Amino acid sequence: MAYTKRFDGRKADEMREIEAKVGVVPRADGSAMFRFGDTVAIAAVYGPRHLHPQFLQNPRTGIIRCHYDMISFSVTDRKRPGPARRSQEISDVTARSLEPVLLLSQFPNTVIDVFINIVQADAGTRCAGINAASLALAHAGIPMTDLVGAISVGALGGSVVVDLTKEEEDYEEDGEKAATDIPMAFTLRDKKVSLLQLDGRVKPEHLKEALEVGRKASEKIYEIQKTALRGLK
Amino acid sequence: MTNKQEFDERPEDMDGGMDIHQDMGYEEKKERKIVVPGEVIATGQNFLPGENTKRDGQNIIATRFGLLDIEERLTKVIPLSGTYIPRRGNVVIGKVVDITYNGWLIDIDSPYSSFLPIIECKGFVSKKDDLSLIYNYGEMVIAKVLGVKGKGVDLTTRERGFHNLEEGMIIRVNSNKVPRVIGKQGSMVNLIKEYTGCNIVVGQNGLIWVRGETIEAELLARDAITMITEKSFVEGLTDKVKEFLMSKTKNK
Repeated sequence: MAYTKRFDGRKADEMREIEAKVGVVPRADGSAMFRFGDTVAIAAVYGPRHLHPQFLQNPRTGIIRCHYDMISFSVTDRKRPGPARRSQEISDVTARSLEPVLLLSQFPNTVIDVFINIVQADAGTRCAGINAASLALAHAGIPMTDLVGAISVGALGGSVVVDLTKEEEDYEEDGEKAATDIPMAFTLRDKKVSLLQLDGRVKPEHLKEALEVGRKASEKIYEIQKTALRGLK
Repeated sequence: MTNKQEFDERPEDMDGGMDIHQDMGYEEKKERKIVVPGEVIATGQNFLPGENTKRDGQNIIATRFGLLDIEERLTKVIPLSGTYIPRRGNVVIGKVVDITYNGWLIDIDSPYSSFLPIIECKGFVSKKDDLSLIYNYGEMVIAKVLGVKGKGVDLTTRERGFHNLEEGMIIRVNSNKVPRVIGKQGSMVNLIKEYTGCNIVVGQNGLIWVRGETIEAELLARDAITMITEKSFVEGLTDKVKEFLMSKTKNK
């Protein structure tokens, strides 16, 4: 049986309620909050600043370091605080998805630190984190050619739906896990893919459809990011 | 009425700038639009990319978050945020964080460490002398950026007016607001000096040293500077600050 009606009654290409706010961490150089429904991410940017340890310094360009973490109360079962395999991976993936838009060569030997904290999690945390980080970097006055927007699209039992919730991520069909989550990020002006992850099985035509749906959804994220930044003066 | 005309002439897409306008009165002649990184600010070969902008095919895009400024054909973006990047000739205020055998390491609030060598301080100092007697740990120093190298910044205090700070108050502001604090040909800072009687040095890195006869005078200068940084986007700000300072000095 296909997944035709979504648990929360949304349409297949309908995202959850989105909220973005810039300047939420007063002591940071730049900061932002981004929310997809019940998933809330806060990002704070510090730098460009002196890079230690010194062997990481690159005289040709600056580097970006991301620190993603879920706060222990963000999920129903307490998350053990501190870095873990999962958060390590997401940190690296986030840094790589943001790197193509940053003009880091203007700041050789320095680092830009991005701290992403998930305050509340209901699937799609890395996407919310990337969106928050993109806003925070712009707010911190880092030179960049574009903003980045991320969205998770899922293939659930034969249909493609946008912005999964935790409930949908755990969707089962005949006692088997039938949901594949595909987080993706786009540079928002020219709509190039800067992140595409996929753990699970998906049909080629579903992946193509997912990319298309994701691109469409990123347009709305772009609008929200722009309004959030312009609201600030 | 001129106000009405200005209101009509403003572009449609100013995004909420209107509320701000109503608070401040209609003083500004040209409303500057806020642009976000990657936004297309002009199309065609008629425009030239200036500061914080980049050409991308036919379009010119903003590469930084800030206010758009188009002067004839030249487009540029005035940044609203970001850390201080030292430039040659900048006057900065910094703190002595370390003393080495041939100079001082000074924290000037920028990504690069800055160094003040012995030969760049006033008078003759031998390497054998106790350097902490000239500039001690934790002291604030006014210095000039001599040059920016790949890994660091060199400072000098040789010229007149560069010295360590013994009294007064240090105010930290966003380094992007420094041009507003100084004003055209120093008009703004001179205004504050005139009304408060304070001695003020504005560092390009956003640190401002204020020294007055009384603490009240220093606090008044601080309030005026805070006012400038908060309302930095209003044109005709000099008059506003003048009014503010006049009302405050009258009460005494």
